[in-house]
Amino acid sequence: MIGARVGRIGYLAFCTCVFIFLVAPIIVIVPLSFNAEPYFTFTEGMLRLDPEAWSLRWYREIVENEAWTRGLVNSLVIGVSATLLATALGTLAALGLSSPAMPARRFITGLLISPMVTPVIIAAAGMFFFYTSLGLAQTHLGLILAHATLGLPFVVITVVATLSAFDRNLTRAAASLGAGPVRTFRTVQLPLIAPGVISGALFAFATSFDEVVVVLFMGGLEQRTIPRQMWAGIREQISPAILAVATFLIVFALALLFTVEWLRRRASA
Amino acid sequence: MTARRRGRVAKVGPGRRDRLRAMGLVLPLLIFLGVTFLAPLGTMLVRSVYDPVVADALPATLTALRDWDGEGLPAEAAYEAAAREIGAAREARTLGQVASRANRLQSGLRGVFTRTGRDLREVAEGPWREAMAAIDSAWVEPGTWHAIRAAGERITARHYLNALDMQRLADGSVARQPEERRIYLPLLWRTLLVSLAITVFCLILGYPIAHLIAHARPRRAGLLLALVLVPFWTSLLVRTTSWIVLLQTQGVVNDLLVAIGLVGDDGRLSMVYNMTGTLVAMTHVLLPFMVLPLYSVMRSIPPLHMRAAASMGATPAQAFRRVYWPQTLPGVGAGSLLVFILAIGYYITPALVGGSSGQLISNMVAYHMQTSLNWGLAAALGALLLVGVLVLYLLYDRLVGVERMSLG
Repeated sequence: MIGARVGRIGYLAFCTCVFIFLVAPIIVIVPLSFNAEPYFTFTEGMLRLDPEAWSLRWYREIVENEAWTRGLVNSLVIGVSATLLATALGTLAALGLSSPAMPARRFITGLLISPMVTPVIIAAAGMFFFYTSLGLAQTHLGLILAHATLGLPFVVITVVATLSAFDRNLTRAAASLGAGPVRTFRTVQLPLIAPGVISGALFAFATSFDEVVVVLFMGGLEQRTIPRQMWAGIREQISPAILAVATFLIVFALALLFTVEWLRRRASA
Repeated sequence: MTARRRGRVAKVGPGRRDRLRAMGLVLPLLIFLGVTFLAPLGTMLVRSVYDPVVADALPATLTALRDWDGEGLPAEAAYEAAAREIGAAREARTLGQVASRANRLQSGLRGVFTRTGRDLREVAEGPWREAMAAIDSAWVEPGTWHAIRAAGERITARHYLNALDMQRLADGSVARQPEERRIYLPLLWRTLLVSLAITVFCLILGYPIAHLIAHARPRRAGLLLALVLVPFWTSLLVRTTSWIVLLQTQGVVNDLLVAIGLVGDDGRLSMVYNMTGTLVAMTHVLLPFMVLPLYSVMRSIPPLHMRAAASMGATPAQAFRRVYWPQTLPGVGAGSLLVFILAIGYYITPALVGGSSGQLISNMVAYHMQTSLNWGLAAALGALLLVGVLVLYLLYDRLVGVERMSLG
C-alpha cells in the first residue's frame, strides 16, 4: 500500500518535471524580454523587482528597427498568400480524397502528405536548384509557392479529418432537392466543414510564419522574413531584441492555439 | 445473370463519373505539387549524378585522354588540347568551376589550373608538355590526368562514392577512404544514434504524461493538454532561442545551479553549442509528436481493464505490463516512428545549438549547399537521406497509415 503511494507520488513528480521541461523555455523568455540590460539572464535588479532593471527598450528597438518591420510585412505577405493557395488546393483535394470513388487513395494521400515528413533541408535544396532555373529564386512568388507546398499537408489532413465526420446523406439530400454540385458545396458542405478548413489554414499559416530554411536558401535581401531575421540574430549579432520578438511570437502562437481548439470544439459539438 | 449484369452496369455508370469527379478535385493539387515539390526533388536527384561542367569545358582534352592507357603520361595531343581549352575556359570565366571540380578529386589542382590559365597566355606554341610542366610540375604527374578524366564524366557516381566515404582509385576500382578521411558514414551513423536517443527520451518523458492526461478528469486533461500544445505551436526558432538562453554558460540554469551551490562559479557546465544542446532542444521540440499519438491511443483504453486485472489479483506492475502496455503499442509505434523520421532530417536546431559536435547529416547538406558549394555532393547526401526517410515513411504508412496522421 505504501509502495503504491510512493509509486504514485513518484509518477506525479516525474510528470510535473516533464511539464516544467515543456513550458519552462517558453515562460522564461517573456520576463527576460523586459531586461533593461543587454543580457540573456536575470540581473540582480530584475530579481529584486527593481523597476529600473525592467524596461521596454527591446520592444522599442524592434518597432523602430526597419529590418524587423520589413520582416513582418514580408512574413505576412508570403504567409497569407501561401495560406490562401494551400487552403484552396488542399480543400479541393481533401474533398476528392474523401469521396468513396477516389482511386489509389492511399498512395495519393501519402504523396500529398509527403512534404510534411521530407526533411526541409532536402526540399529547400531541391527548390533552390529548380526555382533558380525558373528564375523564381529570390522572388516573393517563389517563396509563396514553396511555403504553400510545405503548408498543404496540414490543410489536407485537417479537412480530410473533418470530412470523415461529415454525413454524406446531406449532400445527397441537397442534390435530390435540385442543387448542383457547386451550390451543394457552398451552401451545405462548406459551412459544416468550415472549422476544419480554417484550422488547416491556420496550420498552414503557422508553418509559413515559422519557416526559415527555404527562406535561407531561396530568399534574397528583399525577402527577409521574421524567422530569417531571428536566424541572423541568433547566429550573428545576438541581442535581447530577439527575446522581444520571441515574446510576440509566443503570444501569436497562443492566439492560434486557442482559435484552433475553439474551432475543434465547435466542430465536434 | 441479367440481375448481376444490371448490377454491374449500374455500379460502373455513376462510379466512373464519381471517380472522375474525385480525381478532378485532387488533380490541381497533384499538378501543383508536381511543379513545386516533386520537380525540385527530381532536379536534386539529377544533380547528384549529372555534372556536365568539366565535360563541356574540356571536350577535346577528354577525347584525347581516351587513348591514354593510364600509365605514364598522355600524348602531346592531350597537352595541346588542354592548353587550348584551359585558355578558352579562362576567357569564358568557367575555369574556376572546372578547377574546383578537379580540386575535389585531387587537392591542389585548383591552384594548378588557375596558374596554368594565367601563365599559358605567354606561351604561343608547343611543345605543350614542356610548357605546361614549366608552369607546374603537376602536369607531368599521371594523378593530375586521372583527376581530369574522372571529373570529366558527365554522368558520374563520384558524389555518391564521396558521400559514402569511398573513392575511385587510378585503376578504376572502388575503395574505402582511409580511416582518418571518413566523414560522412560516421556522421550518418551519429545521426541515426542521436535520432534513436531522442526517440527514446521522448518515449520516456512522453509516456507518463500522455497517461496522466488520458486518464485525468476532462477539465484538468484539457489544461494539461494545453501545456503540450503550447510548445507545439510556438515558433521553433523561439524554442531554440529559449534553450540557448537557459543553457548557456552565463544562462539561467547555470545561474540557478551556482546560486544553490551545486556547481562553483568557475565550474559552470557547458550545455549548449554541443551535443547536449542538440539532444535537449530536439527532445523538447519533438516531444509533442510523441505525446499526441500516445494520448489518443490511451484515451481509448477503458479504465475497466486495469480494474479487472487488479480484481483478479494482478499487482499494478503486472497489470501494466500485461494489460495496459500491450494496448498502447500502436501509439508507441506511431509516436516513435514519427519522432524518428522528423529527427533524422532535422536541421535548424542542431545548426543553432549544436556547435561543432552536435551537427547532423542535414547540417552537412547545408554546408555543401552554402559554404563549400559542392552541390553534387550535397545532392547525393540529400538523396541518401531522402531514401532513408522514404523507407521509414512507407513503414509508417504500413503500420499506422498516413491518413491517420493527426495534428493534436
